[in-house]
Amino acid sequence: MTETTDPYAAFASTRDTTEGKVFTVTGQDWDTVVAGLGEEPEERVVVNMGPQHPSTHGVLRLILELEGETVTEARCGIGYLHTGIEKNMEYRSWTQGVTFCTRMDYLSPFYNEAAYSLAVERLLGIEDEIPEKATVMRVLLMELNRISSHLVCIATGGMEIGALTVMTIGFREREMTLDLFELITGLRMNHAFIRPGGVAQDLPPGALDKIREYITWMNKHLPEYADLCNANPIFKARLQDVGYLDLAGCMALGLSGPVVRSTGYALDLRKTQPYCGYETYDFDVPTWDSSDAYGRFRVRLQEMHESLKIVEQCADRLEKMDGQPVMVADKKIAWPSQLAVGSDGMGNSLDHIKHIMGESMEALIHHFKLVTEGFRVPAGQTYVALESPRGELGCHLVSDGGTKPYRAHFRDPSFANLQATSVMSEGGMVADVIVAIASIDPVMGGVDR
Amino acid sequence: MSEHQPENLPATSPAGDAQAPRAEVIDQRQGMFGVRGSGDTSGFGGLRRQVALPGATPKPYGSWFDAAVERLEGLTGDASIEKVVVDRNELTLHIRRENLVEVCKHLRDDEALRFEFCSGVSGVHYPHETGRELHAVYHFLSITHNRRIRLEVSAPDADPHIPSIVSVYPANDWHERETWDFFGIVFDGHPALTRIEMPDDWPGHPQRKDYPLGGIDVEYKGAVIPPPDTRRSYN
Repeated sequence: MTETTDPYAAFASTRDTTEGKVFTVTGQDWDTVVAGLGEEPEERVVVNMGPQHPSTHGVLRLILELEGETVTEARCGIGYLHTGIEKNMEYRSWTQGVTFCTRMDYLSPFYNEAAYSLAVERLLGIEDEIPEKATVMRVLLMELNRISSHLVCIATGGMEIGALTVMTIGFREREMTLDLFELITGLRMNHAFIRPGGVAQDLPPGALDKIREYITWMNKHLPEYADLCNANPIFKARLQDVGYLDLAGCMALGLSGPVVRSTGYALDLRKTQPYCGYETYDFDVPTWDSSDAYGRFRVRLQEMHESLKIVEQCADRLEKMDGQPVMVADKKIAWPSQLAVGSDGMGNSLDHIKHIMGESMEALIHHFKLVTEGFRVPAGQTYVALESPRGELGCHLVSDGGTKPYRAHFRDPSFANLQATSVMSEGGMVADVIVAIASIDPVMGGVDR
Repeated sequence: MSEHQPENLPATSPAGDAQAPRAEVIDQRQGMFGVRGSGDTSGFGGLRRQVALPGATPKPYGSWFDAAVERLEGLTGDASIEKVVVDRNELTLHIRRENLVEVCKHLRDDEALRFEFCSGVSGVHYPHETGRELHAVYHFLSITHNRRIRLEVSAPDADPHIPSIVSVYPANDWHERETWDFFGIVFDGHPALTRIEMPDDWPGHPQRKDYPLGGIDVEYKGAVIPPPDTRRSYN
């Protein structure tokens, strides 16, 4: 390094390194770079984009080799959001694990929780004992979550190509979905609501009315996205034939979710390997046949309508399930979490406290054991996969018969799908890289875990 | 199993069901809450717990498992499959590492097997399983037959090499890099086996059992709470 650089300089500052001349570009200063290149035009240009770049979807680092404006090689650098969630889960009880894994893919927390809980339940062998109402509530939350996740994908994807209205209306609708999450679980994200054995709480009073209002609202406003984008010539020009990947490519690279469905193949684990009773719901798996970013947009758009159909069916079922249990009957597993918010703002259950502190010493011992020790899970391993908004989310769990997971591994669809960045971007323009990545919809929290 | 039964646990009868896998003891743990051996009157030091994973399942395995295992044995020779475990209605094949790539090729290409989709590899570290400390666990999905299968390959800590299957399943590229990064399993033949989550110059492989979780004491209202891996815990 021969001179210090000021990252806020109004022109692209340069410094010489062993790798060659390095320009620090901060915006509106490409003239300097081009002028600087004039001295040695035969050299290849390697652009390092991110990890802090608004259009790389979180902390994703892209290393692009350019020839003019054409990308000849594209590579991803990931790991900037690695938080050691899998390792941390090995030091907490089985139930506490939910609190960690919900934070992985932060746009689809319920899927993380559900995959983990279903895996724990399979290890415990209690899959058939999960109350019906808990399963319906899981489906309800997952499908609402699919809508909110796709909305963020479409909204930020629109923003990155300059379609700001898509962003503003996308976040408006997402906000409505998060309001529902807050009403039902108490939190907008990181819920830790779906737990081994069922869900943490029953539906609060008035929740079904809010869900009905939401369905009416969404039925009115979801078509706006189609009106804004579907036939919009600028939108189509930016998305069509960009990020092309056909079915053979998807299979080889292990892609799943909307990317595969945009190749015309209706691969959806909800249909092929149903879990949580998905076989009893009426919905379609939308596909598109263009294998490009536009096709993925259309698939996601249509999936939101299908999810809304499932949400409606869940609401109908929940209406008839008033007062039914939402947690497995086995008191050795069921976390005592039927809490209400007390006057001090803390979650509490006065009846439960009265019972364990005043009436039954055995209940107190049981409560203490369950909360401090947790439950033991028979030794063995399992792999449970479900269809998250981004594709196959798998949870590989290993138990050694103890009170904590011996190993928890998540096959996050963003991680697997992001491998296609190179093949989708190489040979295209720099601007198309952004569109291609937005069409994969990676969430770095899930990629890095 | 009965000859290894610890005295302080209730006796378990040998399973009557012929299909139930025999347990395979991989570890013997003593004590609890940080108390080990004598010199302590709490009694926790004397506790013993056996860690046993589901062992080999005898034939017949049930479901489509028999036909698939026979088919694979016919294609690769039965020496490649060390052991078959059917547990919780999931099929696990323990494969000798020399045969892994060949087995994967048949899994992908054979019409009766046809596992097109590789869901990646995940490492598991069993520090007490001498000679088989590091396990790589692969999951495959057959979209044609709508089935899942699991392959498990082990390598000793002293020679942590397992052949890469990226040439057969390109999808496994990043997954193998992740497993190298976190467990130190060297996938021979991988096109560019570099760290993927941790920084390039990171020492050690963080998800191995001998790698500490780390963390600092947290003080709250005068009480000090140690980091999770140094707290007293159940074993």
